[in-house]
Amino acid sequence: MLSRTAANLYWIGRYMERAEFTTRLIEATLRLSSLSYGIDAANATWESALAVVGRGPAPGDTAQPGATAFNVCKALALDLDNPNSIRSCLSRARDNARSARNALSSEVWEAINRAWLDVGDRTSPGGIQNTLSLIDTLKANSRGFEGALARMLRHEGFWFMRLGSAIERGDNSARLLDVKYYLLLPKEQKVGGVLDRDQWTAILQTVSARNAYRLFYHDTLKPWLVADLLIFKSELPRSIAGASTEVVDLLAEIGGRTGRQGEADRLARLRHSRLTETNIGEVFRSGLHEFLRDYIEENAALDTAISHQFRFP
Amino acid sequence: MAARKAFDELWGQGSGETPRPGFEQLGEWLKNTPVTELARRQAMAEAAFRSLGITFSVYGDEQAGERIIPFDIVPRMFTAAEWDKLSLGLEQRVRALNAFVADVYGPRHILKDKVVPEDVILGNPQFCIPANAIVPPHGIYTHICGIDIVRTGADDFFVLEDNARTPSGVSYMLENREAMLRLCPELFAQLAVQPIDTYPDLLRDMLYSVAPRGSQEPTCVLLTPGHYNSAFYEHSFLADSMGIELVEGRDLEVADDIVYMRTIEGRVRVDVIYRRIDDAFLDPLVFNPDSGLGVPGLMSAYRAGNVTIVNAPGTGIADDKAVYSFMPEIVRYYMGTDALLPNVETFRCREPQALRYTLENLEKLVVKLVDGSGGYGMLVGPTASRQEIDDFRTALMAEPQRYIAQPTLALSTVPTLAEKGITPRHVDFRPFILSGADRVTIVPGGLTRVALAEGSLVVNSSQGGGTKDSLIIAAPELQPTEEQHALPYSR
Repeated sequence: MLSRTAANLYWIGRYMERAEFTTRLIEATLRLSSLSYGIDAANATWESALAVVGRGPAPGDTAQPGATAFNVCKALALDLDNPNSIRSCLSRARDNARSARNALSSEVWEAINRAWLDVGDRTSPGGIQNTLSLIDTLKANSRGFEGALARMLRHEGFWFMRLGSAIERGDNSARLLDVKYYLLLPKEQKVGGVLDRDQWTAILQTVSARNAYRLFYHDTLKPWLVADLLIFKSELPRSIAGASTEVVDLLAEIGGRTGRQGEADRLARLRHSRLTETNIGEVFRSGLHEFLRDYIEENAALDTAISHQFRFP
Repeated sequence: MAARKAFDELWGQGSGETPRPGFEQLGEWLKNTPVTELARRQAMAEAAFRSLGITFSVYGDEQAGERIIPFDIVPRMFTAAEWDKLSLGLEQRVRALNAFVADVYGPRHILKDKVVPEDVILGNPQFCIPANAIVPPHGIYTHICGIDIVRTGADDFFVLEDNARTPSGVSYMLENREAMLRLCPELFAQLAVQPIDTYPDLLRDMLYSVAPRGSQEPTCVLLTPGHYNSAFYEHSFLADSMGIELVEGRDLEVADDIVYMRTIEGRVRVDVIYRRIDDAFLDPLVFNPDSGLGVPGLMSAYRAGNVTIVNAPGTGIADDKAVYSFMPEIVRYYMGTDALLPNVETFRCREPQALRYTLENLEKLVVKLVDGSGGYGMLVGPTASRQEIDDFRTALMAEPQRYIAQPTLALSTVPTLAEKGITPRHVDFRPFILSGADRVTIVPGGLTRVALAEGSLVVNSSQGGGTKDSLIIAAPELQPTEEQHALPYSR
């Protein structure tokens, strides 16, 4: 497979995953903001959604005016000047897919093209109802993409797309947790208070893990258990451990087929074994934020190593 | 232009009641299928093209972005006899074109014998100096040729243009057929239409056959300028249906006169490049140094005989419009007989008499830049404004050698679905001829382009033309008999 094609596919995986994550983030934030008491609290939830994707105020900054549901939905979903908006992601995924069309099944291509066409040239999310119906369309299209992907031939193209999405997924989950821990919780709220509980619920919803939580913990919502779930339970595809395991497996799969293994495999295995040797207690003791920041940086290093290993242009 | 009614492919010169012989079933089908039903199916086809991303981009029209080429549901048809006649003429013409290009980059007999004036070739911007004296593997230059044919009567076919460089449109031929098979299966059940879905295999066989000698399992690639190119869909479609890599210039590299592609497993040697980029961008070391589309060192690998370039660099000389005017002489020179497919009468404005005639009859003629394409840089006299005619007159007098002129032909029409129902629209036809190491093949079909505006003669997709499926009927001896269908199920 051409190196350029492999890079295109890897980035399709990343962009499609990022688009889906952002969709879920908006959906969960909509729910959370409608549960929030008072306009300030509602706006704070929207601001936190911006922070997750790296466009909010830095920790400790005062709230900026204008972080309303409409503005944030627009920025996250539709603004082309936000390179990570859903519309930008779909457009870039489609660009990559056009360029690597031969490596895709026609179903995968059509799913990406359909997702892109459905967002089209929309520039306004409209009211809540319209935003929700946009979310439904976006989610259906993500499922359409995943379904088409599942039917693809198991060859390098498939593994590279999955690799991109696994790398992206780990990054997204880490960001989500990190922002929650530092930004979501208003100072005066107690950990474990009502608002706090709603926010943790929103997180679980973003990673589609509400029922998984009950299944694992048979307990009321406890922040450290949510963190445990999102970090350590590899059964959960969007957990950090789940994404990390997948990256190790996918790199081994590609290596087995192409005979190309190297720095990326080493970094991925190292990260994986570190995750298996620690637990949530240790993470909290040495600082959750530091742990998550390290993870995000390591993920970026892994991304670079993958680019080198497969000679991405 | 004469007000005489144009020849219609289905109804002949008739009134729209009795089809031409051989076209009875098609006529019945058209009469029996309600227009609303045709419109519904046509809308389905266009929706499918949109969702499949069968699009093209229009240069200089950023707003338009990607468009689909309008598709017309009413097919055009050729009888077996018509097709036989056409394909003989096409094969003859392509063989002559190949012999001609080999000659002008080789011994130049045709120039020494003064059949074609030397300056028409050697002073031609399409004459590719870096290709001079290189004999491509197997001596083939124009491996893929798309010859534009127009028709004015039952037996009157003319060649309008030889697209001998990188002809496009074959993906539309194939996709149009797919759409028709899905949307109008009853039509195919009645007519013994020859299949065209073998084209990608024939193309692949041809590419394999012209690999440099000695390559056992040649690696063929399709070289595209990238996904912003107007024909990118076609590039990707063809590479895909042949199962070869679709590469861009940056995917290739040359070392010691050998071409490689960069893969995740390392370098892989490339034997045949089906390029869909122009000569000028092939190799920045030889041609345009500012272009990043090509591959540095490619021409040197080609000169060393280590790679086949399809179509060969320099074939542009064969489809230059000034050279076109000499095609009757060229065919006679190399084939020893007259051309089976005549040219459209052409006035070379470089010749004083032709120039005088052209200037006196501008409102009757089509005037073209010899190096123009895609419907750009041309004057259609009968529909042009006074201003346009005056502008062209000035340009013609300044540089007459850059222009040719042709009479406006009463191009044949085919019934076409328009706003008001089924009405005749002018068409042309582009079949695709493949020249391999040992044979010439023509898939029984081609791209029919249709001018969608009433009375318009302009069929280019970049100018708003559409396309139709082109059905070639099998000769009677090739048609299935009743018995062949009768395979009973066991119980």
